[in-house]
Amino acid sequence: MLHNRRLILAHFWLAFAVFAAALLLGAWQMYVRSPLSPWISNPEWYYRSLTAHGTVMGYVFPTLVAMAFGYAISETSLKQNLVGLRWAWAGFWLIAVGAVVAMIPVALGLASVLYTFYPPLIGSPFYYIGVVMVVLGSWIWVALMSINLRIWKKENPGTPVPLPMFANVAGSYLWAWTAVGAALELLLQIIPVALGFKSTIDAGLARVFFSWTLHAIVYFWLMPTYIAYYTIVPRAIGGRIYSDTMARISFILFLVVAMPIGIHHAFADPQVGAGFKFLHSVFTALVALPTLLTVFTICASVEIAARARGGRGAFGWMGALPWRNPMMLAVTFSFVMLGFGGAGGLINMSYQLDTTIHNTQWITGHFHLIFGGAIVIMYFAIAYDLWPHLTGRPIASLGLVRLQLWLWFVGMIVTTFPWHYVGILGMPRRMSFFDYTDPALANEAVSVVLSAIGGVILAASGILFIFILISTQFSQPRQIEDYRFALAVHPPTRVPVALNSYGLWIALMIGLTVTNYGYPILQLAARDDTSVPAVYVGER
Amino acid sequence: MTEIHDEGATVAERVERRWAAVAVLIIVFLAGMAAFAGIHQATMPQTTVETIDPTTIHLQGEFVESNLGSAVGADGSVTVRAVGQQYSFSPPCLLVPSRTPITIRATSADVVHGLLVQGTNINTMLVPGYVSVQKATFSEPGEHLMPCQEFCSVGHEGMWGKVKVVDKQQFLSELADKRRISCAP
Ligand SMILES: [Cu+2]
Repeated sequence: MLHNRRLILAHFWLAFAVFAAALLLGAWQMYVRSPLSPWISNPEWYYRSLTAHGTVMGYVFPTLVAMAFGYAISETSLKQNLVGLRWAWAGFWLIAVGAVVAMIPVALGLASVLYTFYPPLIGSPFYYIGVVMVVLGSWIWVALMSINLRIWKKENPGTPVPLPMFANVAGSYLWAWTAVGAALELLLQIIPVALGFKSTIDAGLARVFFSWTLHAIVYFWLMPTYIAYYTIVPRAIGGRIYSDTMARISFILFLVVAMPIGIHHAFADPQVGAGFKFLHSVFTALVALPTLLTVFTICASVEIAARARGGRGAFGWMGALPWRNPMMLAVTFSFVMLGFGGAGGLINMSYQLDTTIHNTQWITGHFHLIFGGAIVIMYFAIAYDLWPHLTGRPIASLGLVRLQLWLWFVGMIVTTFPWHYVGILGMPRRMSFFDYTDPALANEAVSVVLSAIGGVILAASGILFIFILISTQFSQPRQIEDYRFALAVHPPTRVPVALNSYGLWIALMIGLTVTNYGYPILQLAARDDTSVPAVYVGER
Repeated sequence: MTEIHDEGATVAERVERRWAAVAVLIIVFLAGMAAFAGIHQATMPQTTVETIDPTTIHLQGEFVESNLGSAVGADGSVTVRAVGQQYSFSPPCLLVPSRTPITIRATSADVVHGLLVQGTNINTMLVPGYVSVQKATFSEPGEHLMPCQEFCSVGHEGMWGKVKVVDKQQFLSELADKRRISCAP
């Protein structure tokens, strides 16, 4: 049983509560922009809703899940009580209060700038300050993870850091550095303008700062999912980790190469030259490497489970897998969505192909498939796996869990596949409605309706998820065995220093970021002719 | 027992290494393709960063109203100039010749907009303070929608321009007595 159950549950519950609210907003958006709904009279509501949906789903929800999971990992994998409990609670409250501070102006229509900010559009300062509070709260977690590992290392000299904690701390460092880009944009550029100290802003520079955060943040969202692939899935289905070393290499690769690639978000921007765009394109290709390695290792780990259950033959073992096990179902769905989403990602990373789909509905389809699909379905799996240990009660109905996972998978496919299709046709994203009477757009109406139906299925799945968690919380307590993570086929006895610490990799991460971002940022920052007047949002 | 185990470990490691090599090759191939397409100028990002003051574009310089639309240069090349502002493009309809290399030069007068021509791979961001340059060729006469693809505040959904592609002869004859043309009503 875990010691800091209240702390971990508080993070999870806040995460899932804001997730459910944002999910309903998302489904509503899908409905109102479809031909099913009469013309909405005030598009402002759509953009308020979109800002809230994006801010919660992008910043608050995944951060809280990573933190909750991180605290659980620290305690269970190190078998050491968490140091810094008070600080952890302080971090939690910073995020909770920050989320409220950010959401009030959004609800009032004073910050409809979407979660990507879009300067020179400037919203209420409270929105940005709230976001900064969320980031500060999460940095406390980063520090705590690092401190707890250090204490453990001091007490266990020469012992390999358990894989879950190794990955968890790598993820926290990745986040700490990733968030710096948006933090610089907010603190140096946007907040001074929002508070009225300045009235001009360099929108091009702001976009470069933001790209620093915006791509690597996806790998931060991904970390809990990958940790679950490696350290929960094999155990839950009766297998073992194929290779502990390869797992460590994958997490290190994420730490090093996930960072310096964000300019691929600015492929179509005029403020970055061709050279750095090409460089970031190559680095983006490189970040496919840890995922390719992971797909192999996880498939092999799953095969081990199947063969242990009597599976035979080159492909016959697949029939021997425990398909009714929710974890098996979740990881399969996750991989299918990761496959489609990853293929789309390879298209986005290439400058030439990107021009066809840049900023169209394709992009929305792509990242919903990766984040909302492949990643979030594993967040569900993590919650289902941990809940009995957090509450002392077993999950009430595995049948409902399977239904919920199926609904999420089907809903995500029905939502995102039509988006990819209309994206290729050139349908722009972030529009509150379309004129379906225009003959050039009329044939896109069916796709938008399909996505809206997908949105309803997703909302139903999300509600079911919350229902399962609540009903477990109120079911009969039972003796629950200790929480444990998957073991490797060959558990490491000694690990090279490079695969057991981060110094070298952090240096590389920072070094590569500086080479890939230093020149574009300095070049823009040094110019004095690129700042433009701010455009304030809402009534002032 | 440990011998079998060790043997298994060696096999596992070998398979793993091979897969890693295949993965690296895939990535090298992808990056190579991007470099090849870039060198062959299939589509390449603009190489130079050009800046412009959005507060004065309507008063002076290349983006004053009388200079927007399509023009033919001394060397016969076609340049199309456009400005995005909340919530329209100027001119709202671009007239271009088919089967002719054209250069689109565009910027924003206020916030970030995007210029996308449906059915083509013309797709660029308009960031205030900077000039976006894109080269393109339209193969067939016809009409394309040109939505703003970036959120530019409430009203974004109403920002739709048009591109009308006509054959080169018609384009030149329409241009004959004018310096600039567009298909704006
Ligand atoms: Cu616009």
